[in-house]
Amino acid sequence: MFESPVIDTHKCDGCGLCVSVCHLDGLAVVAGLVAVVGEVECDWCADCEIVCPTGAISCPFEIIILER
Amino acid sequence: MAAKLEFLGRIPYFSDLGPSELESVRKLIFEKTADRAEALLLEGESPEHLYFVASGVVKVFKTSAEGKEQILSIVRPGESFNDVAVLDGGPNPAGARAMGPVLLFGIKKNDMAMLLRHHPSIALNVVRVLAAMARRLIALVEDLSFRHVIGRVARILLEHAGGEMGGGPRLTQQEMAAMAGTAREVVGRSLKALEEEGVIKLDRHRIVIVDKEALQSIMEVPS
Repeated sequence: MFESPVIDTHKCDGCGLCVSVCHLDGLAVVAGLVAVVGEVECDWCADCEIVCPTGAISCPFEIIILER
Repeated sequence: MAAKLEFLGRIPYFSDLGPSELESVRKLIFEKTADRAEALLLEGESPEHLYFVASGVVKVFKTSAEGKEQILSIVRPGESFNDVAVLDGGPNPAGARAMGPVLLFGIKKNDMAMLLRHHPSIALNVVRVLAAMARRLIALVEDLSFRHVIGRVARILLEHAGGEMGGGPRLTQQEMAAMAGTAREVVGRSLKALEEEGVIKLDRHRIVIVDKEALQSIMEVPS
């Protein structure tokens, strides 16, 4: 299963700016709210997070330490 | 045409204008479209037009001699870019690129000057827009000049790291920025710098700390 940006549907106002900047065409506004629709794995560029005016979509990082 | 007038009325430059004033603005506006990643302005060129974003998003940025990019602003619908160069007549102080397909409303530099001379209410609006822009950039300058943000980012990474199998909390760059008391753009720049130093590796949704000792040293540099 692919990792996808996290969407807070309570904050999303369906403006679609994130859809317009996703270079993998992975997002769409469905019934007034943004949803992940792409079949290509998200590359975590975080452009959707940068442009979202309401903070509804985010690309959180898991931080891990590589033990040597 | 009515929709365009309504949209123009919501742009901060033209808010609180009467219908006849708005109509005189509309006559001077031209439309321009651009595709994803298309350069809209080149740093250092002479400006000919001021742009308002009608749909889509535009990134305004500076590029260093080494090709590093520092985002200055993200311009969303209703907002403008290239204000400074059009208003002071100097070269474009930054570049601009479409982040996706965009529709822009443009106005020629001379037409904008004419509007400012004949419509004091527009001039007052422009002063407000420029003041807000100056306030935002002053905050960014403060972050970039006086704060050792990279050390704070190093601390945040170490404090929130899980083991090789993960298990720690997930953090967005916005959340890291809030924790470090800085702007998201500065966190992004710090992460890139740490990756270039070989201390961390950005791997899609993972930040992998590959040199814990080096990250600790960076963290311990006084702010």
